[in-house]
Amino acid sequence: MSGFWEALLGLGDQLAAHVLLSASAIALGILVALPLAVWANRSPSVAKVALGFANLVQTIPALALLALFFPILLSLRAVFGEGLPTLGFLPALLALALYALLPILRNAITAQANLDPGVLEAADGVGMTSAQKLRLVEAPLSAPFIMAGIRTAAVWTIGAATLATTIGQPSLGDPIFAGLQTQNWILVLAGCAASAALALTTDALLGLIERGMLGRKPALSLGGLAIVAAGIGTALFVQFGGSKEERIVIGAKQFSEQYILARLIGSQLEKAGYAVEYRDGLGSAVVHNALTTNALDISIDYTGTIWTNQLKRTDNPGREAMYAEIVRWEAERSGALVLGRLGFENAYAFALRKDRADELGLETLEDLARAAPQLTVGGDPEFFERPEWIAVRDAYAFRFEATRNFAPTFMYNALKSGEADVISAYTSDGRIAGDNLVVLADPEEALPSYDALVMISPESAKDEALVAALQPLVGAISVEAMREANFAVDREDDAKLSPEDAATQLAERIGL
Amino acid sequence: MVAFEQCGRRYGDVAAVGSVDCAIATGSFVALVGASGSGKSTLLKMVNALVEPSAGRVLVGGEDVSARAPPQLRRRIGYVFQGIGLFPHMNVAENIAIGPRLHGEHLSAARVAELLQLVELETEMAGRMPDELSGGQRQRVGVARALANSPQLLLMDEPFGALDPITRDALGERVRALHHDLGLTTIMVTHDMAEALLLADRVLVMDAGAIVADETPAALLAGKGGKIAQSLVAVPREQAAKLAQIEKAMRA
Repeated sequence: MSGFWEALLGLGDQLAAHVLLSASAIALGILVALPLAVWANRSPSVAKVALGFANLVQTIPALALLALFFPILLSLRAVFGEGLPTLGFLPALLALALYALLPILRNAITAQANLDPGVLEAADGVGMTSAQKLRLVEAPLSAPFIMAGIRTAAVWTIGAATLATTIGQPSLGDPIFAGLQTQNWILVLAGCAASAALALTTDALLGLIERGMLGRKPALSLGGLAIVAAGIGTALFVQFGGSKEERIVIGAKQFSEQYILARLIGSQLEKAGYAVEYRDGLGSAVVHNALTTNALDISIDYTGTIWTNQLKRTDNPGREAMYAEIVRWEAERSGALVLGRLGFENAYAFALRKDRADELGLETLEDLARAAPQLTVGGDPEFFERPEWIAVRDAYAFRFEATRNFAPTFMYNALKSGEADVISAYTSDGRIAGDNLVVLADPEEALPSYDALVMISPESAKDEALVAALQPLVGAISVEAMREANFAVDREDDAKLSPEDAATQLAERIGL
Repeated sequence: MVAFEQCGRRYGDVAAVGSVDCAIATGSFVALVGASGSGKSTLLKMVNALVEPSAGRVLVGGEDVSARAPPQLRRRIGYVFQGIGLFPHMNVAENIAIGPRLHGEHLSAARVAELLQLVELETEMAGRMPDELSGGQRQRVGVARALANSPQLLLMDEPFGALDPITRDALGERVRALHHDLGLTTIMVTHDMAEALLLADRVLVMDAGAIVADETPAALLAGKGGKIAQSLVAVPREQAAKLAQIEKAMRA
């Protein structure tokens, strides 16, 4: 358990970021909800629309809501200019504030609707203007109920803020996502415990303020408010107190290889005198856009991914032609620099347990097509939407009994437990060797290549020292070296390494 | 003091008040009596613009009530109603002082004490919260609040409707005395003819949105005012007669 406390104590920065993000989102939610509630109370149609909208927002999964703000903000750059951040704090703030809206709005509207009509008649009767009525009567009488709504919103927001990690905003989700990908459960537990403790503490403090309002004990409310303010103040100090230098931001998608390579690049840059910062657990679609808009400085991407997602191509011209076309396209269209290929591929491949392969007599995808009607195929969440799947499915006329989605890490577990017979594995994955899996041959060459690329943002591409520092990585990593590093992070026994340690080992192995 | 000129109020197709013409002299105590739905409350609320007439106009002190913003008008007119409507988050003193506070005037503790005295409440009541008071005490505070701006006109909408008979009687007497002592013009809506006959010096009987009788209590008791007015007078009269019979039987 010592590892747990160590992990927990190491979360200071993430906790501070989490507190500031949640507090800002709740504050923005209040700022929007209260005037809206006042308006809604004077116009039933506004109430209907506002509550309907807030309800609709609630039905969108928090993860999707966070991701949706990326394209929204990107399109808003046409109005607000290129300086508008599309990742990190701003989209997280907006999405979470929207999420906080409903409980506050609903409680505020209900509280006003349930005010004693006699009291409201008296307010008119003594000659209050509508502003006086709001300030002297409606607001103070509704306050305890609004406070209850804010409490609910706070607990939701603090929980949902862990998802902000996926769009590049540091939060207590960092250890959760990193731990989930590298199967470091202590890290997951530490992140969950910290976020739960924060939610419970906030709820208790807001409850104190609410009780003060209900019992008309202002001292109680002020005390609670003072503690909340002190907490936010501390978070502000932790976040902005120290002097922050310019940092190179390195992005990583949600799998071990990306974590390791990000650290490898990071240590290489640190050796060259740069300060670096990692944005881990980013959604795959987010990374490319973040890089080309300079929200990230460096990322590792793959030819096949860019080919289909950015160039929108479905053909397969072969490994070299695809790479050359991508380098040209990025230079022309996005301004991002494709520094070079790392030397290994992380392509899609179909893998299954060796014993099953022997039993079914499978060696190629052609063999697989024959056995498919009795088999369940598992893929990562995007796989079955990708053109590769469609291409390979059509090339071999696959007709599986069932298709199932798994997070990349869990696909291999699914194979072990028999929940999937065959999975869309990745060629650089350490678990192929580790789990004694067989990769089926692709005689039709239906699966496109996925060369790992070092990508540099248009801004950072101008930094010659930075480009030079990363040059030694080009062509330096063989698929065996990458598999070994990946396996070291993904394995679940005592030899398990953190991404940092695996990156150090990898650097030694390739002679950096 | 108050004049209704062809005042009417429709809610959709329903006329709550037809076309009322009536003048109320300064210093008079007028009772508006009628069954539920006769339009008496609607007519009263046109005076302080809680209800806007859909036809005609209302004059207070010779001035059309729609000429000013309603809050300005209401601050000059005392208003007491059955719901009382004390502000639950303010103590008695704050409730009483709310009217002056709205136009930036601070009501002194001495003035609050004076107003409490007017409605026969102890000065110590000033610090109590409304939920610590009895119904009668609450309505006394309601009356004190209505008088805080020293209005010349007092409107009361079923003010004693929710009170027990003893409290009701005592508060009625108190209001009658205040009316006299402060030189108020008072308009009181009630469905209780006995209360109207005992407190008012002029009784307007309403039915289906129209004034159907306009008499002094003495004239009503003498049988004037027509069928509807007399049917309302008959109720307390028969009650009194029955009580007298019982008393007579007991003495016999």
